[in-house]
Amino acid sequence: MRIIFKTSYDKDIDIHEHWGKRGAILVLLAFMAVLPFFAGEYYLAEATNTLIWALAGMGLMLLVGHTGQVSLGHAAFLAIGAYTEVALMNIGWPFLIAFPVAGIFTGIFGALIAIPAVRMSGIYLAIATLAVFVIVEELIILLEPITGGVGGLFAPSITIAGISFDRYADLSNLYWLVLLIVALVTWGYANLMRSPTGRSFLAVRDSEVSARALGINVTRTRALAFGLSTGVTGLAGALMGHYIGFFNYELFSIFISINLLLVVTIGGLGSIQGAFLGAILITAVPQLIAIFRDWANATVGINIGSIPGLDTMIFSGVLIAFIIYEPLGLYGRWLKTRTWFELFPLARRDMFRRQKSYLKTERTK
Amino acid sequence: MELLQLLFSGIANGCIYGLVALGFVLIYKSSEGVNFAQGDMMMLGAFIALGLGNSAQMGLPFGIAIIGAMIIMYGVGWGVERVFVRQLFGQPQFALVILTIAMGFIFRFIAGSIWGYTPLVFETPFSGMNWNFGGVILSAADLITILVTAVLTLALWFFFARTKTGLAAQAASQNQMAAYIVGVPVIRLNSLIWGLSGVVATVAGVLYATKGAIDPNIGLLGIKAFAAAVIGGMGSLPGALLGGLLIGIIEPIAGRYAPGELAQMSPYIIMLIVLITRPGGLFSQIHAKKV
Repeated sequence: MRIIFKTSYDKDIDIHEHWGKRGAILVLLAFMAVLPFFAGEYYLAEATNTLIWALAGMGLMLLVGHTGQVSLGHAAFLAIGAYTEVALMNIGWPFLIAFPVAGIFTGIFGALIAIPAVRMSGIYLAIATLAVFVIVEELIILLEPITGGVGGLFAPSITIAGISFDRYADLSNLYWLVLLIVALVTWGYANLMRSPTGRSFLAVRDSEVSARALGINVTRTRALAFGLSTGVTGLAGALMGHYIGFFNYELFSIFISINLLLVVTIGGLGSIQGAFLGAILITAVPQLIAIFRDWANATVGINIGSIPGLDTMIFSGVLIAFIIYEPLGLYGRWLKTRTWFELFPLARRDMFRRQKSYLKTERTK
Repeated sequence: MELLQLLFSGIANGCIYGLVALGFVLIYKSSEGVNFAQGDMMMLGAFIALGLGNSAQMGLPFGIAIIGAMIIMYGVGWGVERVFVRQLFGQPQFALVILTIAMGFIFRFIAGSIWGYTPLVFETPFSGMNWNFGGVILSAADLITILVTAVLTLALWFFFARTKTGLAAQAASQNQMAAYIVGVPVIRLNSLIWGLSGVVATVAGVLYATKGAIDPNIGLLGIKAFAAAVIGGMGSLPGALLGGLLIGIIEPIAGRYAPGELAQMSPYIIMLIVLITRPGGLFSQIHAKKV
C-alpha cells in the first residue's frame, strides 16, 4: 500500500494522486498513439469505433454518473450532432469549425430542453428525454432538405490543412484525430470534475436538498450538466457520422440510447474510466459473439446465426447480471480487486457495501 | 360523421393505451418503481393467449385461453419480481429502469423465438362483427374494449381504495419502513402487485389482438402508454385512463387533419406540454418536496 505524503494543499485536488498513475496514463496514451503502426486495418477500425463510443459514453456519464439524471434519449443528441456537422460541412465549412459548432449547437439544444426538464426529477426526466428522442427522430424525417429524410446522407470526408482523414483511404489519420479529440475531452472532463462546477454536479447527485442548502443553484447546475453532456454526445455523433460514412435516421435508434446506458452502467457509474471500459465491452461483445458463432457452426454444427435478436438478448442478460450482482460496474470490480491486493490480508467484504435506502414518497394519495 | 367515427375508434384505442398505463400505475402506486417492460408484458400476454386459443396452436376455447393466459402472466409478473426485482430492493430507482428495459428485450426475444416475427392474427368469436349506426361503424371488438376497460378500472380502483391489501400496498409505497413496522408484508405485496400488472397487461394485449395482427414488436406501444400514464400523473388510476383516452383521441384526429409525422409526434408533444406546465401530471399527487 502506498502512502501519499502531501506537502501542499494543491495536492488534494490533483487529477493524479502520484506519479505512478500519471505514468500509467502516459504509457496508455503512447500505446494508443503507436497502435496504427502494428494493428491491422480491421482492428484499427474497431479501435476508432470504441473511442467514439467512449466519447459518447463520457457524455452520458457526466449526466447519469456524475449528476444523477437518467436520460433515455441520448441517441437524439448523437443524431443532432451528426446531422448538424454534416450539414455545416455540406455548405462549405471546414471540419475544424463545423465540428466544434456542431457540439456547441447540440449542447445549446440540450440545455434548452433541460430548462423545463430539470424541474422534473428521476423517472419523469427519463420519460421526457424519451419523448424528446421520438420527436427528434420524426423531425429528422420531416426536415428532408437538410437531413436527406428517410434516404439519409453521406458524410463528406475530413480534410485539415491538406491532410486527408478519409474513413477508408487514411484510416490511421482518422484514428489519430479521434484519439486526439477523445484525449482532449477526457482531460477536460477530469479537470471539470475537480472544479467547483464538477463538485456541484456531485452535490446535486447526492442530495438535491443539501446542495440547495449549500448555495448551489440546482436548476442551473442541472441545465449546465445537461448542456455539457449533450454537447459531448453531439461531438461523438459527428465523429460517428464520419466513421459510418453514410447514415440515415435509423442509425440513431432507441437501441443506441440503451446501448449508451449500458456503456455507463456496465462500465461503472460515476467514473470516467467506466465510460471507456463500457465502450470496450459494447464494441467487443458483438465481435466475440460473431467468433463464437463461427466456432459453434464449425465444431458443433449449430447455426446460432439463424436466431434473430440473439445479440440483444445476450446484452440484456449481461445488463441484468451487472445491475443485480455488480451495480458498481466493471470499474467498481477493478477497484475492489485492487483494494483487495493493496490491503492484502486486511480487506473486508463490507468495505464497498452500499447503503440501502427505504422508499419514502411525497405523494399524498 | 367522419369526426364521430374517428372519435369512437380513438376512444377504443385510447382504452388500450389506458390499460397498459394502468399496469404502470399499479406498480408505481405500490413501489414507486416504473416497469419499462409493461408494453412487452402486454405483447407476451397477447401471444400466450394466441398460443393457447388459436386453432393452429393449442386450440383451447376462447374463454379458457384468455383465463389461462391471465394465470400464466400472473406467474410471469410474480416470477419477475421474485427473481429479479426483489434483488434491487433498497437500490435507486434508476436500477429498476435499466433492469426492466433489459427484461423487455428478453420478453421480445422469447416471444420472437416461439412465435416468430411475422404478424399473427388472434382468432376471436366476435371478429368481423360490427354495427352501423347512421354511418358510424361500431365494431364489437371496440365496444368490448371500452366495456372491459371501464370494468377493470373500477375493479382496480376498488382494490386500492376499499380493500385491505390495496391500502397496505399504498402504505408500502408511501413509507416502506413505517409500513414494515405496522406489519405490512411489503415484499410479498410487491410480488402480488407485479403479478396483477401481468394480468392487466394480458387483458390489454388480448384486446389489442382483437383489433388486428400482433408481432413481437407491438410492445413498443408501451412508450405511448407511458406518455398516457405521465399525462395522467404517474400515481393515479383515473388519470392513467384519461391520459390514454386523450392520446387515443388526439392521435387519429391529428393523423387526419395534420401532416403525417406530426400525428406520430402528437402523444409526446402533449406529454411534454403537460410535463412542462404541470410536472406532476394532470392528477398530480405531489404537492411540495419535503426535506
